[in-house]
This record gives sequence, C-alpha cells and structure tokens, in this order.
Amino acid sequence: MKRFMKLLLPLGLMAVFVSLPFGSAFNSPGTLNLLALCLVFAGLAAGYDLLFGRTGLLSFGHALYFALGVYVTAILMRQGIPLALAAVIAVLCGVVVAAALGAIALRVDGIAFSMVTLAFAQVGAILVARDPGGLTGGEEGLALSKGVPDFLTGVANTVNLYWLALAYVVIVLAVLARVVSSPAGRVLAGVRDDARRVGVLGLNPYSFKLTAFTLSGGLAAMGGVVYVLIVGGASTHVASSELTLMLLVMVVLGGPGTKYGPAIGGALFTFLDYQLTGVADSLPGPLSQPLFILGTVFILAVYFFPGGLAHVTALKNVLPRYFRRVS
Amino acid sequence: MSTIVLLAVTGLGLAALYFLVASGLSLVFGLADVLNFAHGLFLSLGAYATWVAAEHMSIEAAIAVGVAVGAGAAVLVELIMIRPLYTRTIEQVLVTVGLSMAGVALLQAVFGADPKPFPRPQWASGVLEVFGARIPVDRFVLIGAALLVFGALMAFLKWTRYGLIVRAGVENREMVTALGIDVRKAFTLVFAIGGAAAALAGALAGIYFTTVSPATGGSLLIFAFIVVVIGGMGSVPGSAFAAIAVGLLQQFVNYYGTSGAGDICVVALLAIVLLVRPKGLAR
Amino acid sequence: MSILSVSDLRVKLSGLDILHGVSFDVAATGVTALLGRNGAGKTTTLRAVMGLAPYSGTVSFAGSPLDTRTFKRVQAGLGYVPEDRCIFAGLTVAENLKLASRTAKPDYDLVFGLFPELSQRSAQKAGSLSGGQQQMLSLGRVLLNGNRLLVIDEPTKGLAPKVVTEVASALERVALAVPVLLVEQNLAVVRRLASEAIVLSGGKVTWTGQSQTLLEDAALTKSLLGVGH
Repeated sequence: MKRFMKLLLPLGLMAVFVSLPFGSAFNSPGTLNLLALCLVFAGLAAGYDLLFGRTGLLSFGHALYFALGVYVTAILMRQGIPLALAAVIAVLCGVVVAAALGAIALRVDGIAFSMVTLAFAQVGAILVARDPGGLTGGEEGLALSKGVPDFLTGVANTVNLYWLALAYVVIVLAVLARVVSSPAGRVLAGVRDDARRVGVLGLNPYSFKLTAFTLSGGLAAMGGVVYVLIVGGASTHVASSELTLMLLVMVVLGGPGTKYGPAIGGALFTFLDYQLTGVADSLPGPLSQPLFILGTVFILAVYFFPGGLAHVTALKNVLPRYFRRVS
Repeated sequence: MSTIVLLAVTGLGLAALYFLVASGLSLVFGLADVLNFAHGLFLSLGAYATWVAAEHMSIEAAIAVGVAVGAGAAVLVELIMIRPLYTRTIEQVLVTVGLSMAGVALLQAVFGADPKPFPRPQWASGVLEVFGARIPVDRFVLIGAALLVFGALMAFLKWTRYGLIVRAGVENREMVTALGIDVRKAFTLVFAIGGAAAALAGALAGIYFTTVSPATGGSLLIFAFIVVVIGGMGSVPGSAFAAIAVGLLQQFVNYYGTSGAGDICVVALLAIVLLVRPKGLAR
Repeated sequence: MSILSVSDLRVKLSGLDILHGVSFDVAATGVTALLGRNGAGKTTTLRAVMGLAPYSGTVSFAGSPLDTRTFKRVQAGLGYVPEDRCIFAGLTVAENLKLASRTAKPDYDLVFGLFPELSQRSAQKAGSLSGGQQQMLSLGRVLLNGNRLLVIDEPTKGLAPKVVTEVASALERVALAVPVLLVEQNLAVVRRLASEAIVLSGGKVTWTGQSQTLLEDAALTKSLLGVGH
C-alpha cells in the first residue's frame, strides 16, 4: 500500500503531462514547443542537481556537456549520419569528456573546483564561437537542415517533440531516483554533508564524485540531443557560462536535493524567461530585462527561501534572521 | 623580432588587466573564502562610471570617479549581501551569481547592450618605438598601472597593520580572531581594494579596447579566475606571475596558432598546474 | 572565587554530540587543569569557551556573560593558546607578536625575559622555528597583553623533554600573575603546575577537586585517565 502511495504522485504527474497535448488550451504548436523547452530544462536542471544538491559539487561547467549533445548531434546529422546513431555518439561524447575533465577538476575541492570547471567549459564556448574547420558555424550557429525523421518535422508534428522532451525528463528523474536510493546515493549524500566522514569509512569520495560527474554529464548531453531537435539547430548560447548559471538558478529556486524541486525550477524559470521576454518591451527601466528580474528573485530566494520552492517556510522568521547576521 | 616585441608588450598589457582583476579576487578568496562572481560587475561599473563622468570632467578625474564607484559598490556588496552569509560559502557564491546576472542586465537596461565608444586620453594614444617595433602607448599605460597597483598592494601587505591581518588571515582566519582581532573589518577593506582595482581595470580596458559594453566584465573575469587558481589563492605575487604567464601564452599562441588556440592553451596550462600542484604555484 | 564559570555546555559537531552538558568553575588564581583521555572533549570545551565552536549552555567570565564573537572574548581578557600552536608560518616572529599585541604598551620585556630565543630570532619566518620555539611564540603572543585568564591547550605536546621543562617553568611564572585553564596530557607537568583539576570523560565531567588528591591516588588516576604515573 505504502509503495503504491509513493508511486501515486509521479503517476499523477505523468497523467497530467501526457494529457496536456489533448487539452485545447495547450495543443497549439507554439505552446507545445514552449512546453517542450520547459521540459528539457526541467530535465537538465534535475541532472545538474545530481551534482549540486545531491553531491555538493558546485560545477560552473555544465553547459559544456549540454553543448556537446547539441553540437555533436547537429554536426553529425549534417554529415548525413542518421539521428539515432548521432544521438548515441553525442551522449557518449558527453560521458567521455565529463569523465576525462572531471578526473582533473575533482583533484581540487570546493571553490577551486568551481573555477576549474568554469575554465574547461570556456574552452567549449571558445571552440563553438571560433568555428574550427567550419564545423560549428561560429556565431551563425548550425541549422538542422536534413536527416531529421519526418515525424519530428513540420508544425503538425510539434506534439512528437513534446513527447520526446517528456520522455527525457522521465528518464532523468528515473535515473536520479534510482541513484539516490542506491547505496552509492547515500555515499554521495555523505560526500555532500562531510567528505571526511566518507573517507573515514574507507570509501574513496573521489571515485563516487567522478561517477556522479560523469553520469550528470551524460544526462546533460542527452538533453542537448533533445534540445537540438526542438529548436531545430545549434547556437553559441548553449555553450555559454550563462547557461550553467541559469541551471544553478533553476535548481536553487526549485529546491536543491529534493525529488521534483529542480525539475519544477527548471520548467518554471524557462517559462518565466520566455514570458518576460515577450512582455519586456512594455515594462519600464530595468524591468525590461528578464535576467534583472530573475537575478533579483534568485538573490532574495537565497536569503529567504534557502530550501527553494520545495521548502517555502514561515515568512516571519526570515527578516530577523537576516538582520541578526548583518550585525 | 619587432613582431615578437609587439606581441610580448601586448601580452604583458593583457596580463596587466588580468592582474588588476585577479589580485582583488585572490585576496578576497584567500581571506574570506568568497568566490565573487560579481567581481566582473565592479569592473563594468568602473568602466561605465568613468564613461559617464568623462562627459563632465577630464578623463583622469573620471577614472578616479570610476575607481571610487567600484570600491563603493564592493563595500556595499560586502556589507549588505556577503556579510549575512559568512561561513556559508556556497550561498555566498550563489548570491554573487545572482548579482552578476541582475547587475549586467541592469547595465544593459541603462546603457543598452551595444558597445559604447570610450574616450581616449592624449597620453594613451600614439605609438612608441622599442627595439624597432612600433608599439601603441596604451599597452604601456596598462603595464604601468598594474605595476603601480602591484607595488601599492605589496607595500600595504608588508607595512600596514591591516596588511599584516590580511596576510595572517589568508593563512588561518580563525586564529586571527582568536588574537582578538575583528577580521570582518579586513574583509570589507579587501573588498574595497578589490573593487577599486577591478574598476581601474574596467576604465583601462575601455581605453584599450576603445569601447565599453555590459559584457566586458564577464569575459575578463573567466581569465582572472584562471589566473587566481594558477597563482594560488590569496597570493598577490602568485597572481602577478600567473597573469604574466597567461597573458603572454595567450597572445603568442593566438598570433602564431589559429585564433582562439591561445585561450585553449591557457586552460590547458591550468589543467597542468592542477595536476602538478593542486594548490597553485604560490603554495 | 572563580573567574570563569561554565554551565551545561553542549556541543554538536557534524551531527555528533561531543559535549553533553559540561559544567565547571575555574579558580581566579593558579592553574586549573582540564584532564581526560583522548577524545574526552577537552579541546572542544576550550574552543567553546573561546567561542570557536557553536554550543548551547552558558559561559560567564568574571561574573558576566561573554559576547558570542571570539574576538570580543579575547578583548575581554581571555588569552588563547590553541592546540598545535597555530603560529602564522609565513609571518616573521616579530610580525606574529606585532599582530597579537592589542595594547599601547605590549609587555615585550616579559615575553623576551621568559623566552630570550624569540628576540634573537625576531626576523626569522615563524614556520622555520623548531616546535619548542613555535610554542614559545604562541605563548608569547598572549603574554604581550594583560589578560585576566589564559586558556592553554596542550602546550607541551610533541616537545623534547628539555623544552617541556622550559615551557613548564615559564607557565609556572606566568601563573603567579594570571589564572590559567590548562589542558595537559603530561601528568608531571600537571603535578608541577596545577592546583585544581577537572576530569572529562565522554563529553561529561566525571571528577573535580584538588589535582594533588587525584594524582596521589594511583588507582583513581588510572580509572579516570587510563594511565599510571
């Protein structure tokens, strides 16, 4: 019975998302496209939380693995390689690069680790922008012109992209649930809370951290594959450090280390970013910049809702606590 | 030969910018454990403040205004945003991430996203002939400013009481408080110094690149981070050496290799340093 | 008469209870030794007294409660000599002392009188001193200022026997002027210096009284501290 109750919430959510395209309010191609994007970022944020919320690793280089998924898929498909094969290769690239760079970056901890991951991801951003060998298209980006299967092209098939994005989120959440409930997941939580204690238990925190880093990189690359199909091309934005920072904001807003918080944060942030951009020009001054509003909300959230949306607690303790710390 | 001299001086000019950004970042990190993503914002603020002030006064006075604005902004950020979160490293990083996001967006809203032409003072234009190479004077301005700041920082660290507190705090912050010293005052001071140096870098970057845009700070910040890690956190001489290595490497490889190869070599240098000496060169 | 009064001190570190309600008084004169086996909570107790470890319970000093901030406690007259000395290795001996002096007239005569080596080596980097010299420097840092209580954690740990004697003599002289709360494993040093003793075990006080009473009773010493003498 208890097991059934535990499954009720995810199944209910699934039912809602599966039925969305059949409701008249959501089945326009534009809305479905936005929903699909929201779902991709929900999955990305959840995958990023495997590092941040579950393992306590603050990586500033997650965009690199996402961009690998995006660009490898796009480049291979333009060479005439079928989507399925291109997707597999793209995800493998994400896994291999994450394993290799993680092995180096994890030699340092804490803030130094953050800086190093940022630097590595910067290489990705530079490569993408400089267009080596005419591969990435530089600032112009790459359009997916050929090789996309028929059922994923055309306005009428937007709903299939939505299914794809939904499948991606489900896969990420399932993988995370599996990892978190496994013995390795408990070790990761131990690493997050106190790495020394894990060391005392005779376990090597390094190999667990590297596993989490690699898995998270692979999931991000998978998200890149889905993203490139939804957007229909690759642009330099996906490799930028801003993208990683946004993932961080999504996770913190949603609630790091919670089951659905990061995914909800990812979907909500993407939705708001899109909506705010739509109305931006009509707003005065700095309010015309979506990132000004989202950045400010984020700062306030760090002070006042440290657990994210998943842990919104009593408001009345919030201000006194802030002022106590200031003095 | 003349190309090599030009590349070397230009590389050192770039190194000077990196040093100005990295030295403050490094001290703030070494002393207070704060990774300040908003440090690039201090740079952009300094550049825009100089740009605005230059319409009303001489460029020299405008740079002074820019530096003061950078220092003031840094002090406010420390007092209002960082201080309530001391000892909570991750949350501090998050707050500075949010601040850099909102701050850059604010600059875009006020000044527009496009680069603005930056005033160029008489003393930074023209060329100088060195060993047969014709070198624009602005490079020497950058190098001279960085040398001055380096000298001033070293003197501050060596000869003043607060310098002593900073050096001791980088080694063991807890023990400094256990000697009856309010180390938080030193945090604020180090933030102010870092903000001022970053703002100076912003004004000089405006002169050097001839334009200023809201994104200037962010792009320099990433290389400043690399300089801080290579040089060892909390070490001003370490930052200086690392800045020179990074600036020269980047300049030479970008010229002789394909464009962008220098930037990648810099990251490779970082990886090598981490593999050989995970604590950076200074420690 | 007590100078420091600790009551119901509880400390929890990374989820583990280290102290479960420790209470004791420190006499206003002489040396009070805080004894116990390894892991009994001695260092944690001192760190809580200095405000370096988060705790619940009260610590009052000369009859009034202490500020929560460490630097205010030190300024109130609590001098702290930590375990493992914690000198600043990259600073010179003179700089270490200068950093520590808080008064207009730091008592360099006292420090250099007790430890002449420090004045001879004042330009040397503290990191290059021997263990004994580092301990002298760490003691010297608190002796520069007129303190009302010294909190000293294992000053003879890892020192050669000759240096132990030297440090103990210095402490003996210091204790004539200022009360001391001393954590010490070397029972010979305790015997020489301490008048009062407090024994901790498993994060609780298990015995208090005259240190002589404790140390003369071999069976009691063995049962409380696990060592003979």
